[in-house]
Amino acid sequence: MDNALLIHRLQFSFTITYHYLFPQLTMGLALLIVILKSLAMWKKDKQYDEAARFWAKIFGVNFVFGVITGIPMEFQFGTNWAKFSTFAGGVIGQTLAMEGMFAFFLESSFLGLFLYGEKRMSQWAHWLMGVMVFIGAWLSGFFIIATNAWMQHPVGYTTAADGSLHVNDFWALMLNPWVFWQYVHNMGGAVVTGAFAMTALGAYYTLTRKNIAHGQLFLRVGITAALAASLWQAFPSGDGQGRNIVRYQPATLAAMEGLYKTEANAPLVIIGQPNTAEQKLDNPIFIPGALGFLTYQRWGAEVKGLDAFPPDQRPDNIPLLYYSYHIMVGLGTIFIAITLIAAFLLWRGRLFHSRWMLWILMLSFPFPYIANTAGWMTAELGRQPWLVHGLLRTAHGASEHVSAGNGLFTLLGFMGMYTALSILYLFLMGREIEHGASHPIHQVEGERTLSPQLAPAIGD
Amino acid sequence: MLTFWFIVVALMLSVYVILDGFDLGAGVIHHLAGKNERERAMILRAIGPVWDGNEVWLLAAGGALFCSFPILYAASFSGFYLPLMIVLWLLMLRAIGIELRGHLDNHLWRQFWDFVFTGSSAMLAIFFGAAIGNVIRGVPLNAEKVFFEPLWTNFLPYGRTGILDWYTVLTGVIALVALTVHGANYIALKTIGEVQGRARRVSKLGGWLFALLGLTGIVATMQIRPQLIDNYKTHLWGWTIPLVAIGGLAAVNYFRARQQDLAAFLASASAIAGMLGGAAFGLYPKVLPSTLGEQYDLTIWNTAAQSYGLRIGVVWWTIGMLLAMGYFSYLYYSFRGKVTLDSEAA
Repeated sequence: MDNALLIHRLQFSFTITYHYLFPQLTMGLALLIVILKSLAMWKKDKQYDEAARFWAKIFGVNFVFGVITGIPMEFQFGTNWAKFSTFAGGVIGQTLAMEGMFAFFLESSFLGLFLYGEKRMSQWAHWLMGVMVFIGAWLSGFFIIATNAWMQHPVGYTTAADGSLHVNDFWALMLNPWVFWQYVHNMGGAVVTGAFAMTALGAYYTLTRKNIAHGQLFLRVGITAALAASLWQAFPSGDGQGRNIVRYQPATLAAMEGLYKTEANAPLVIIGQPNTAEQKLDNPIFIPGALGFLTYQRWGAEVKGLDAFPPDQRPDNIPLLYYSYHIMVGLGTIFIAITLIAAFLLWRGRLFHSRWMLWILMLSFPFPYIANTAGWMTAELGRQPWLVHGLLRTAHGASEHVSAGNGLFTLLGFMGMYTALSILYLFLMGREIEHGASHPIHQVEGERTLSPQLAPAIGD
Repeated sequence: MLTFWFIVVALMLSVYVILDGFDLGAGVIHHLAGKNERERAMILRAIGPVWDGNEVWLLAAGGALFCSFPILYAASFSGFYLPLMIVLWLLMLRAIGIELRGHLDNHLWRQFWDFVFTGSSAMLAIFFGAAIGNVIRGVPLNAEKVFFEPLWTNFLPYGRTGILDWYTVLTGVIALVALTVHGANYIALKTIGEVQGRARRVSKLGGWLFALLGLTGIVATMQIRPQLIDNYKTHLWGWTIPLVAIGGLAAVNYFRARQQDLAAFLASASAIAGMLGGAAFGLYPKVLPSTLGEQYDLTIWNTAAQSYGLRIGVVWWTIGMLLAMGYFSYLYYSFRGKVTLDSEAA
């Protein structure tokens, strides 16, 4: 690969990976905040409102970082991937423009009202503001997924005389079979991030015995959401995504699973090491026949290996793709285990005193970020060597007239700026967490004693 | 259909400049109108709830551009690579300058972010003005519909051009002055007392500078791209657009003298709309002229997406625009009136 192409790829992958750290929390929290405010109104319990207000502060900072790291993404299609933009703009211009028109206006208009306007409106109206921000954030996710889904599985287009693609069927584009599962799987991943963040903070407050009532509230809401979302990621959404890959990107499936040779009764490899030189997996730990079963729902099914595809149609970095996928699945499995046990303990009223479990929950919060990132790496590395699957190679999409030098200059610039932003972000988050919720909370002892307001909530 | 989308993109970019323009202007006058931290906090509260939504117009306009004229989007964004990256940085710095300032009760912290807010706002105004200058002057587009401009060459607006030459720096300074007046009008509208008084004075002085530079700009533009006048000669109704600009500027002065802040603000908005509209009207049907020869000009015809996409776009764009107008009306109405400084800090 020549230098310029590599740098364009590095810049886009770096900036998008960094950017997505923020929206996944934003989208996850958007849902959880609506849940908190709904619970506040339904249970007539102020503590849920206080919790919502606290998380809204976290949300606000996080949202800003998402916006500022997001603007470079919209620009970068044009700056670094001009040939791709010319080739595919007639299709993806639609979804990206709709994101601006429908999602961005909605979330940015109502965010101000949500963050600053609580005092000047009724509780119901403020709840509605939260819902609007949630819809805006999740719509934004939808249009981005619709764009990526089209790149993974192009539909609804026609080819012009100059070779460029243009949409010719709007609903085919919107209802691309790839869209649905990718969207619900992606949003599930965001809810996992948000729920684990809430859970971790709840664990921290409980362990340190500050803001205990809020801490316990965060734990209850967080664990419930985290368990539901973690299960959702495995089945049905992860499975649904997998079926799309089997059907439309079989070379990708082979690479993800490290299946170098076509096999009947193909094994499911839990872990192994891809050996590119010898085109095999070293030291595999596997379940016989399980891959065939998972992909085609019958034992003995033959799954195509990489050898079934010409070398120039296989993903170009198989070890990275393989490991990304396995990290995602491995973490997802661990999330299910942790949340199941935590939910069980919560149900039995023992969670708030299980220090070992609280420690696990507190330390778990970075891992959903890793899982989400690994998942996206799987999607994007899996699509290689294509930028638009089957139609445009990545190597043919970069801006030809932006030199490697210019690209490297801006890439280093982004890395530096984002390092500084990271420090700022962590500093501000740390302060918000230490500051806690705005109202002082009783320090309480004992597993079942909660502050008087929450007494009716014991046992849930 | 192509003309419709040309107007849409030009309109959305103009709305962006009118809305985020006053945020930028507020940044420029931040230290002029706000002489202590409390006053500067008031200025930030004036733009606090609305600046992010205003900025979205840039992204929405960019999206509409990508959708309707993808070849123009690709050519211009890669050709203007370096200044766009600079603009991205400035947008990032401006955003955190606004949003993070209030998070720490520390004098140095606030001073630092005030400086970042002001500096990035001023630089953005200049770069946006320079961008329009580049579009009017033209860029070295070749037969492949691509170009790449360095940040500067010899500062001359012909031959091997750079992003910055005397003409684009002039348009940059004009933009800076225009947005300063516009921002000052907004701050005068939203504040009271000393801050308002200082904002009004900046607007008054800036107005004269705006008129002077504007005139210089027109003369310079006629040198750089005399073809801009052609559309005006063949479609006489087009003269209403620059008349709106001139009338708007005169109206700013008129209402400023009578301390009618809302009218002055709407007048400066009209002046900006007129300037941008006038440039767009003169440019049409070109979208990005080439300095290497007219045959390489990018026009609405050689950059557009196909008609199906443009037609369905009309449907969802109209729906989206109506919704957006609704959101913005509700947003500005909710935060109407003067800003106060209570415990709900920005």
